[in-house]
This record gives sequence, structure tokens and C-alpha cells, in this order.
Amino acid sequence: MKILVPVKRVIDYNVKPRVKSDGSGVDLANVKMSMNPFDEIAVEEALRLKEAGKAEEVIAVSIGPAKAQETLRTALAMGADRAILVETDEAVEPLAVAKILKAIAADEEPGIVMLGKQAIDDDSNQTGQMLAALMERPQGTFASKVEIDGDGVSVTREVDGGLETVKLTLPAIVTTDLRLNEPRYASLPNIMKAKKKPLDTKTPADYGVDVAPRLTTTNVSEPPVRQAGEIVEDVDALVAKLKALGAI
Amino acid sequence: MTTLVFAEPHGDAVADATLATVTAAAALGGPVHVLTTAAGDAHAAIAGVEKVLVADDAAYANGLAENLAPLIAGLMAKDDTGYDAVLAPATTTGKNVLPRVAALLDVMQVSDIISVEGPKTFTRPIYAGNAIATVESSDPKLVITVRTTAFDKAEATGGSAGTETVSGPGDAGLSQFVKLDAVESERPELTSAGIVVSGGRALKDGETFEQYITPLADKLGAAIGASRAAVDAGYVPNDYQVGQTGKIVAPEVYIAIGISGAIQHLAGMKDSKVIVAINKDPDAPIFQVADIGLVADLFNAVPELVEKL
Ligand SMILES: Cc1cc2nc3c(=O)[nH]c(=O)nc-3n(C[C@H](O)[C@H](O)[C@H](O)COP(=O)(O)OP(=O)(O)OC[C@H]3O[C@@H](n4cnc5c(N)ncnc54)[C@H](O)[C@@H]3O)c2cc1C
Repeated sequence: MKILVPVKRVIDYNVKPRVKSDGSGVDLANVKMSMNPFDEIAVEEALRLKEAGKAEEVIAVSIGPAKAQETLRTALAMGADRAILVETDEAVEPLAVAKILKAIAADEEPGIVMLGKQAIDDDSNQTGQMLAALMERPQGTFASKVEIDGDGVSVTREVDGGLETVKLTLPAIVTTDLRLNEPRYASLPNIMKAKKKPLDTKTPADYGVDVAPRLTTTNVSEPPVRQAGEIVEDVDALVAKLKALGAI
Repeated sequence: MTTLVFAEPHGDAVADATLATVTAAAALGGPVHVLTTAAGDAHAAIAGVEKVLVADDAAYANGLAENLAPLIAGLMAKDDTGYDAVLAPATTTGKNVLPRVAALLDVMQVSDIISVEGPKTFTRPIYAGNAIATVESSDPKLVITVRTTAFDKAEATGGSAGTETVSGPGDAGLSQFVKLDAVESERPELTSAGIVVSGGRALKDGETFEQYITPLADKLGAAIGASRAAVDAGYVPNDYQVGQTGKIVAPEVYIAIGISGAIQHLAGMKDSKVIVAINKDPDAPIFQVADIGLVADLFNAVPELVEKL
């Protein structure tokens, strides 16, 4: 079985995003970019399945600018076998990403497509579910445990009410939550080796997908800033202040 | 235009998340219908709802997206009685099901809206709430998830909608519900509680968390939340997590204890009315958003607070 792992290049999670003063977006010039943290977890899970003998090949895919190659090299350095870059300078929306992934999945026939549950830039949380719909396959979203058994996969999901377990027939789409695993760091020798692993470059047109956006972002603004309040001396003052604010 | 709300499954009762979603749906201007997979009576009483659709086929009972999405997409696409928009709360159910509906309709979903600015224009937080985007959809139909803390709840009573049973393709045969390990609690629900007491990594372990956080929450009748670090370390179950990737809360009072205030945590609670922080580090970022800060060792301050409240 192959596992397909889409990875996105996003602002590093440690960087505080700054909104551009003209309201056109978030300033990404000279900002540290990294692999979306949820996608790192997806790569790690795919590698663990391979190491456990449940999968033969892990293929990383990124849809984005030429620089997304770096993100793919990170996935390769972690242990993915090969990579596909679908290069475009457009900001591709989840629906179009799902369509491209569907076309890649039609070529590669993976048993599992393992995605991060959301990207920490647009926070959409859609791509895996959309891909599952387009492929007419089951989805195990927000996974904290993934177990292959026979021709199915059992997925434990982090839901608002606790932990839910579903059983999906393969091929299936899985989206990862934070507690699924702790991703490994790529070692220096593996980073060197990754440079020689195959990386194919394609375009959305190769897959016949129109990436024209359906949503137009007309403005991006700062959220209302909260003012820091008062530092109180002690617990008595805290209680008094809570009462004064009518909070209790 | 007529708008469909996919109700949050909540036994036979109406979830607060559904009430807030009805308010968002009403802001689109047209009549509002509600689709529920449980009994319809409680939903028919929601003020402002014109009709309730009840999908009582067992295939829909466990919230499986593979079965629900074709049902909803089918209702949306009907020629005569179709819908122009479907909204669901951005709960784990709504987030699981609606993008699948959107893809079936070839629509780009608008996730997690916090306001309705026009018939097809919405605002939504991006970058963990560090920016607010105004987005306009060009799709013929709208598929939307709603950040429920941003909308008032519709009145749960006063309405008298008619109910109608609906059916769809049923079991898609792709997935099976196995079990839900639910954490039973007598406490108010985290996302709708008036007061939330949250603990972080500083609480050391499950027992210490319980020993320090629970008495304070009991005293205040509060829900209990946690940072990711506290959940990862196993002090409390996953459904306690507040933040970018956990639950979004906006209570009257949010008390953060031993939580540093990482942006991913702030994303889940910074719309709370009053924020209180207890942390021994005066430079902890949580103090930048706190209305009341106390620089202290929680192991002394919290028991004293419980005593003096
Ligand atoms: C993709 C991604 C998503 C994330 N999503 C979330 C999310 O949804 N929610 C979330 O919370 N985090 C999330 N995080 C994690 C987040 O970045 C922080 O790591 C986490 O919030 C830290 O938790 P904490 O504040 O409990 O721990 P720490 O940052 O370790 O802070 C502990 C605090 O306790 C204080 N303290 C220690 N001892 C005492 C004492 N005796 N008395 C008083 N104070 C004391 C310390 O001064 C410190 O400020 C996410 C991270 C990533 C990468």
C-alpha cells in the first residue's frame, strides 16, 4: 500500500503574524516558513505505518510556490520516499487542492491519504473532507490513533464529546490531530540523502484543475486588541476586583 | 433565499451551538429551516425557525459524514425546494460533515464565520485569530460553518415550526461508527459555560490538576478547561483543550491558571469578557490579555482564592 501525504508550506507556528497596513493580507516577507505542524504529524504517521510493515511507499505532495520544494525536502528528510510539487503562485483554495489531490490519487492509487486536519494559516479545516467526498471514500478526521486492520482502518477521533472510534474501508482519507504522534527530527545524514530523492514538478494544468478562487478576500485586518488590565497585589485584591467588575 | 441549518446532534434537545447558528442563518435574510437527526419537537420551538426537517434513518444517527453529506447535498440541490445556503456550528461534527457537503456541491466552504456582512460576505479569523479576513463567495450556493461564540443564541422557545420527515441515500457503506468514549460530567459544558477555569502545564499531573482546579471550579459553578500542554501530558481528557485547535470559548469570566498564554491558546479564549490570570512569571504573555493578573505561585494562591470567594 502507498500512503500519500500532502504537506503545506506555512508561516512557522512560533512567529506572530503581522497584518499588512493596506489590509491586503498577512505580511510573509522575510518571515520564517515551515511545514504546517499537522502535516508533520501526518508524515510521521505515514512513516510509522511504513516502518510497521503496513505500507510500502510514502509519497509527499505539495501544492504551492517553488519554495514549497523546501517543505517537500523536509518530508523526504524525515523519510518519505519521493515527492511531487504541483507548482503555482496562486493561493490555491482547499476545494482546488482537493481536486488536484484527487487526480494525483487516481495516478498513484494510495491506500491512505494522510493530511493535517487544518493549516495554521487559513485555519480552514476542509481539504481532507473535500478530498474524501470527491473520491467517494470514507474519512477519519481529527485522528489521535490510526490502526490498519485487514482491508480497513480504525481511527480514533478527537471530538467535542470525547474520543470517537470509526472503522473505515480502504482506501480512506485520514486527517491528523495533535496527539496522534510526535514527529521526528530529520537527522543531518537524512537531510543530505533527501537531496537525492526524486522530486517531480507538475502544474495544476497537468491535472486539468482550474485553481481560480471562489472566495475573494476583500480585506484583512487586525483583530480588536485587548488591553492588558491590572496586576493585583494579592488574592484579596483579586477577589475585590472580581466583585467590582461584577464578574462573580 | 432559504437557509438550512444542520443542527448539532444533542440527544432530543437543542444544543446552544445550534441556537447561535440559527441567529447567523437568520442574518442572511431568508427563512430558516433546521435539519435534525433526532426528534424534531425541540427544534420546532426555536424562535424564528420556519420548518424542521427530521432525518431519522439510523444511518444518520452517529454523525457519519459519509452518510450525512449526500443527504444534505441532496436537500440543497433539489430544484423546487432546494436551499441557497447551509450553515452548521463549527463543532467537530460540523467541521467533519460540511466540507464534504461543499465538495459534493462544488462549493468552496466559508469556515468559522464570526459575522455576516452581506448576502455573500462574511468575516472569519485566520492565523489563529491574529487576523480577521473579510471574504466574499462567488459560488451559487453557500456552505458555512459558524463560530458560535460570535453570535447570540436564538430563543429556544416561542417558535412553532412545522416538521417534516426527510430521507436520503442512507448508509453509504464506507464507514462504521464503533464507539464514543465520552467523559461524563455534571459540570456546565465548556463552550457555553458562564465561567471557565483552565489549568496548564504548571499543574504537574492529573491528581494535582484535580486537587487545585476542581475546588475552584466547584465554588464558581464553572466549566473546566486546559491548555494543550496539560492535555498532552494526560492531566485531563482531550475535550478540555481550549485554543486554535481545541474549543473556542468566550465566557463571562475565564480564569487561566499556570498557563503561559501561547498564541494558540489565546486563539481559543481571548474573546472572553473578563480574563483572569494567575502565573508566577510576571512576563508570561497571558498577562498581556488579562484584565486581572496575579503574579503568584498557584499552589498558594488558588487554595486561598477558594477560601476567600
Ligand atoms: C499547531 C499547534 C496547535 C496548537 N494548539 C493549541 C491549542 O489549541 N491550545 C493550547 O493551549 N495550545 C496549543 N498549542 C500549544 C501552544 O503552543 C503551547 O505550547 C501551550 O499552550 C502551552 O501550554 P501551557 O501554557 O500550559 O504550558 P507552558 O507554556 O509551559 O506554560 C506553563 C506556565 O505555567 C507557569 N507556572 C509554572 N509553575 C507555576 C506555579 N507554581 N504557579 C503559577 N504559575 C506557574 C509558568 O510561568 C508558565 O507560564 C498548539 C501548538 C501548535 C504547534
